[in-house]
Amino acid sequence: MLTLTLILVPAIAALLLPLLKGQGSKYAAFAAALAQLAVALYAVSQFDPAAGTQFAFDYPWVASLGIHFSGGMDGISMLLVLLTAILVPLIILSTFGHSYENPNVFYALILAMESALIGVFTAQDAFLFYLFWEAALVPVYFLAGVWGGEKRIAITFKFFIYTVFGSLFMLLALVYLYFQTPGTHSSAIQDIYAVALDPATQSWVFWALFIAFAIKMPIFPFHTWQPDTYTESPAPATMLLSGIMLKMGIYGVIRWLLPIVPAGVAHWGTTVVILSVIGIIYGSVIAIQQKDIKRLFAYSSFAHVGLMCAGVFSLTLKGMQGAVVQMLAHGINIVGLFFVVEIIQRRMRTRDLDRMGGITQNSPVLTVFFMVLMLGSVALPLTNGFVGEFLLLAGVYEFNHWYGAVAGLTIILGAVYMLRMFQFVMFGEQSNWTGKFADVTLAESAVLIPLVAMVFWMGIAPGAFLQLTEPAVKQILELAASKR
Amino acid sequence: MLSLIILSVSGIAVLFLGFLKSRWILMPAAMLLLLAALLVTCLDWNNAAPYVGGFENMMAVDNISVAFSGIILLSALLIIPLSRYHASQPNAQPAEYYAILLFSLVGALMMVSYENLIMLFVGIEILSISMYILTGSDKDNLRSGEAAIKYFLMGAFATGILLFGVALLYGATGGFSVSVIAGYVQANAGNLPPMLYLGLTLLLVGILFKLSVAPFHFWTPDVYDGAPSVFTAFMSTIVKTAGFAALYKILSASFVDIYDFWWVSLAAMSVLTLVIGNITAVYQSSFKRMLAYSSISHAGYLLLAVTAFNDKSQIAIIFYSLAYALATITAFGVLILVEQTGTDKYDSFNGLAKREPMLALVNTIAMCSLAGMPLTAGFFGKLFIFSSAVERGMVWMLVIAVLMSAVGFYYYFRVIIAMYMRPVNDDGSGIVRAEVEVSGLYKTVLMLTAILTLMLGIMPDIISRLF
Repeated sequence: MLTLTLILVPAIAALLLPLLKGQGSKYAAFAAALAQLAVALYAVSQFDPAAGTQFAFDYPWVASLGIHFSGGMDGISMLLVLLTAILVPLIILSTFGHSYENPNVFYALILAMESALIGVFTAQDAFLFYLFWEAALVPVYFLAGVWGGEKRIAITFKFFIYTVFGSLFMLLALVYLYFQTPGTHSSAIQDIYAVALDPATQSWVFWALFIAFAIKMPIFPFHTWQPDTYTESPAPATMLLSGIMLKMGIYGVIRWLLPIVPAGVAHWGTTVVILSVIGIIYGSVIAIQQKDIKRLFAYSSFAHVGLMCAGVFSLTLKGMQGAVVQMLAHGINIVGLFFVVEIIQRRMRTRDLDRMGGITQNSPVLTVFFMVLMLGSVALPLTNGFVGEFLLLAGVYEFNHWYGAVAGLTIILGAVYMLRMFQFVMFGEQSNWTGKFADVTLAESAVLIPLVAMVFWMGIAPGAFLQLTEPAVKQILELAASKR
Repeated sequence: MLSLIILSVSGIAVLFLGFLKSRWILMPAAMLLLLAALLVTCLDWNNAAPYVGGFENMMAVDNISVAFSGIILLSALLIIPLSRYHASQPNAQPAEYYAILLFSLVGALMMVSYENLIMLFVGIEILSISMYILTGSDKDNLRSGEAAIKYFLMGAFATGILLFGVALLYGATGGFSVSVIAGYVQANAGNLPPMLYLGLTLLLVGILFKLSVAPFHFWTPDVYDGAPSVFTAFMSTIVKTAGFAALYKILSASFVDIYDFWWVSLAAMSVLTLVIGNITAVYQSSFKRMLAYSSISHAGYLLLAVTAFNDKSQIAIIFYSLAYALATITAFGVLILVEQTGTDKYDSFNGLAKREPMLALVNTIAMCSLAGMPLTAGFFGKLFIFSSAVERGMVWMLVIAVLMSAVGFYYYFRVIIAMYMRPVNDDGSGIVRAEVEVSGLYKTVLMLTAILTLMLGIMPDIISRLF
């Protein structure tokens, strides 16, 4: 029931919010998101990592097709639900310094998105998963398309069509899998898991599913929508896209690909790892050359997700655990970084690196926050990025030494583009534009402090998070191994 | 079956009501009579016994035909309030207009419950001739007249082919009744005369023409575009539903045993229709013309279900027809309002969400449903059709269908973009409220179709559990 509550709280709030008028709706949305966080924290406190899927609910939905409205959480789901529940209130809080047009609809869309995301992470039925998967796209499309920058219409449309294109192939694969279940057919996850396809069929089912996940993450060469969309979207939409939505792709691979078509994964896994490694290097190299900070972080996000994907496809416990923990860490860091960009943009009306410099002289507090988030992102030990990245590289190295070695370049390249950016923005001579730069306000600190605290907490005591997901990750790997 | 009589009588009654001075009574009267016909049709559900052997075996009632009749009458009931603007034009003839609408429904109902090819022919003719007249009913508009002539010439030609097919089938089997033909096909399986194959082919060509299936679709865009919008709604929902019911009926009642013969050509046409309909729709700058091509593409999806031809196709066709009809009626309803001050181009929808949030919302729901977004009826429609196709093992055709669905998202969302993301036009075109007063009934229809679309998208079982 807890799972259902987590899906319903933001959904109901999203339905009621449009009835409110004016800027007051942001407080209502924030309250709803906090309530959701409280429920999520309660769920974590009640959660037993070893007990498999918990807090399950199951109602018949489309009886004639055997589709159930069912959900539940294992360790991986729990972690991602927690990530969503932590980030959404912070994202809403981050907008308090800016008033958007039609705020009631704006915040309703954010909460609708939260509900759909929780649905994606907890669905235990193939068609329900697909439904939430698509439902998560619509709110963020409107957020980006209506409230975005100048070129928003063409860019967000490309993003929309791109992702819909991928999801439709996933639907095709799910319908096909559904018809391979015995008897009167069922789309419950355990029945889909029980389907054993021959290797040739697994090959195409693999691609039909993977293309949806690859576009969502995105993986090279399916990434062309990503930098533009991240750049043109309003800050909250960029945070939702990079902080949470990107994880849908990784989660999809772990839950709906590895255990279903293990032979397909075995056959194409190396290809995917190579593509991911190419993405890591490509994204990092391009990030080094960016002038626009938001675009730079978009490419850095692209590079990071490549490493997560490679870790998952290494099919090692280390790689998978690293990916799962890194999903949490990356979500926190990237949302923090995009918020810093937003803070800078609000004050300077630009994101151009050339016009910046010397911000640190007027704003020591922002410098500290920014520094911590940046170091978390370059995976300095004792920050949250380190644990995940270390495990990921270890996993990829175990899979293949050469790929591991090339992927390892990400640490160096990441440090190069991040430190270069930090130096340009914060240090050096003050420019005409940064002379009157004001330090962070109280409301802005209220967003950054929890994020910075999480960076350290996860960096110093990663054990709690690793233990949360380990049984679930092992189970997925065993399931995949047993079917191969 | 009683509904046929009610409709015929009410058509005549409405014609006479035209003599009254108070013309406002026509629409409520037509709606009431239609409602009566719909209720009477519903009474036939699970109640075929009284009709067995009746009408000299010319017509038959079963749950499938009742379902199709229900969809047709419901669509008509929802479309009639949308004809408000058309019927109140200076030289409109509302009485004749409502009467022809009601008569055309008689033809549509005959097409879904025939037992004899003669009845099929008569039904198609009643429906088509009414449509020829209605297409040209916008007398001041040259394009309306052009559309009517085009539709009439092409339609008459297709009817000839259909009749030729029926004659050949009669020559081969010695009967017009679907059961006689079925018996002959069964008895002579493996040794059927070429005349029968030719007859079936020509019969299919005649029906597929009415359904605007490629390569017999060339008349569709011009006719749909030229006809007054309210009839385009009528043609693209009611004619389609009746046509697919007729197609499915003849194939399932008489030609099950030679599935191997006809499925290949239907499969090829289905793919062709999907590709042509969707790809061409992308290039339209007019919302109305886009809907015309979209109607071609939906014929392709429906034909996919017919081609799959298993226990899942029936429900798939019924559900899809209903979902498609509801969404199309909403879309045309909004288009008619926008046309009052603007044009039928996408530009006229710019900024509609700011001026008329309700219209923009229902149109968005309709577009999502046509595109097949989850939580709308269109999603389950597609899911049912894909399911029946997968069960038949037509995976490669499905890959094309899926690709074309992605294309569909592209053109359906263009109007959503115009409504929500673009600013209002400088010349104020497309702003509905300023000069056009939208009646409560009109709004109710649009809300009702949108709500039904969402309801079927959340609880598809209310339909699928019936069978």
